[in-house]
Amino acid sequence: MSELTLTLIRLGFLAVLWLFVLSAVSVIRSDMFGARVDTVKAPAAQQPSPAKPAKPPRQRRPSRSDRNTPRQLVVADGPDRGQSVQLGSEPVLIGRGTDAQIRLDDDYVSTRHARVATNGEQWFVEDLGSTNGTYVGAQRVTAPTPVAMGTAIRIGKTVLELRR
Amino acid sequence: MSTGSVQTIPRKRRGTELFLLLAALVVGIGAYVAAELGYNGAVPDNLVQVAGGFAALALAAHVAVRLLAPYADPVLLPLVVMLNGLGLAMINRIDLDLAADNRPEGPFAGQQLIWTLIGVIGFVAVLLVIRDHRRLQAYTYTMGLGAIVLLLLPLVPFLGKNINGAQIWIGIGPLSFQPGEVAKILLVVFFAGYLVVKRDALALAGRRILGIDLPRGRDLGPILVAWLVSLAVLVFQRDLGSSLLFFGLFVVLLYVATERVGWIVVGALLFAAGAYFGYLTFAHVQARVTGWLDPFSDPDAYFQIQQSLYGLAFGGLLGTGLGQGDPTLTPFSYSDFIVPSFGEELGLTGLMAIVVVYALIVERALRVALLCRDAFGKLLAAGLAVAFALQVFVVVGGVTRLIPLTGLTTPFLSYGGSSLVANWAIIALLLRVSHVTRRPSPSAAPLAADDATQVVKLR
Repeated sequence: MSELTLTLIRLGFLAVLWLFVLSAVSVIRSDMFGARVDTVKAPAAQQPSPAKPAKPPRQRRPSRSDRNTPRQLVVADGPDRGQSVQLGSEPVLIGRGTDAQIRLDDDYVSTRHARVATNGEQWFVEDLGSTNGTYVGAQRVTAPTPVAMGTAIRIGKTVLELRR
Repeated sequence: MSTGSVQTIPRKRRGTELFLLLAALVVGIGAYVAAELGYNGAVPDNLVQVAGGFAALALAAHVAVRLLAPYADPVLLPLVVMLNGLGLAMINRIDLDLAADNRPEGPFAGQQLIWTLIGVIGFVAVLLVIRDHRRLQAYTYTMGLGAIVLLLLPLVPFLGKNINGAQIWIGIGPLSFQPGEVAKILLVVFFAGYLVVKRDALALAGRRILGIDLPRGRDLGPILVAWLVSLAVLVFQRDLGSSLLFFGLFVVLLYVATERVGWIVVGALLFAAGAYFGYLTFAHVQARVTGWLDPFSDPDAYFQIQQSLYGLAFGGLLGTGLGQGDPTLTPFSYSDFIVPSFGEELGLTGLMAIVVVYALIVERALRVALLCRDAFGKLLAAGLAVAFALQVFVVVGGVTRLIPLTGLTTPFLSYGGSSLVANWAIIALLLRVSHVTRRPSPSAAPLAADDATQVVKLR
């Protein structure tokens, strides 16, 4: 091995090393700047459409939620049927406790059971560590889950809905 | 800890990952060839087998991610494969030197390749078993207990092994394992699960003194326990690095969970007290501090750190070239002191690239934590990121004489099976959280299934 070859290998390897680092950085960069949408600027997109959609998003009523914003949260079924609360910008607490905006007299409901909150254009339901869980449709809520108007939120024996 | 108004479009980006993975393989295998060329002047005979085997491992990990976590971060796996490949190449290169000098150590590279295989199997197993990281929250206290049991295992007579003055190994037959590495992951899960439940009490109750929110006395309990456990590790196992890691991890996670600077202040004071206590009580801590402040005072006692500094200086800006330095002059140049070995042969330029790769891994992990929607996942990802960052800081800072030297492995680079397996598992966990975070929201599906659930009797 001549001195020149070894020097070329040495510098070449450093170049390859840094090329790898830079290509990783450029992937991260595209992840940061090229792959996001500002949902504040695009309120219509309940689920932002992917650049390369793996499968078309299953949305039964895509246009409804932006035409109508929910005004109240109603107990649609259960022991406290008929209770309702007006929705503002504040989160609504649901539970058996005295500090809940919707107080449910249901043995299967925890003291601070769930919370319904908005980020300005969409309403979410979040389980607050309840014993028996919160269900949107058939799915148990483990993270803040978006709810559309008229979707059944099931808490214990009670069913709640967002309505106009 | 709130979700921002900006959402990420769900994109899989597995093709990008494959491209970066191939680039990472070029770096790793290129280092292997370059080191052999530099040392022997010939391409190694077993190039096809070694390179093919390593590439097959990396591609197997990629396929596992494709099948099991398709929406996971595309950069983490290539970065890790690149570090693992570089580590293997350097260990193999050090093996050549050790064999030429008839030193009793080694060879290590073959074992490290087997450990890489076990690490990748563990990586796939973690992705396979843990389909949703939130399930881990149910095992919070089991994980905490498991971590303490694992930490205590090396103290059990006949099972524990004392290697180089640290009682941190267990040996079963010819195999030895460092349970502390696995305990680290279990502790992160425990801390995350514990803090998700307790953070309100920790954050909201307390007095404000001198503009700093100090927590209540009764909430101090857990941090004191963490402090005592890490001190116990320090005292009984003489493992400075691990005790620093565990304590730092808990303090940072407390800060992340509660957003109260008071915990950092309390943690720093406790750390100062613990460090001073250690300095006064233990001769080996005093030796480390002296070796940090004045390594040239005693050529025999601080031989290792001196050689490490000479190696880094010899490497200079561009390094001697792979296979052309003398990294084996430093004891343990294949494990704790592998960073100076790289500094010598790749120079400051190459070492910076390695440090940037570590920084990118930590950045991706923190980004997973930022984007994650549930609090447990946030804390878990942040904890794994902090554990990784602290470990790199402690070991790289130690060998470059920024902080006193403490023995910890350099993730993915240094020789050591337990560390390699544990770090592959950490990456698998991060990819799992990342997949759950970045995949499209399943919110639309329950609407269609709503009617079917009406039949279920809720009594």
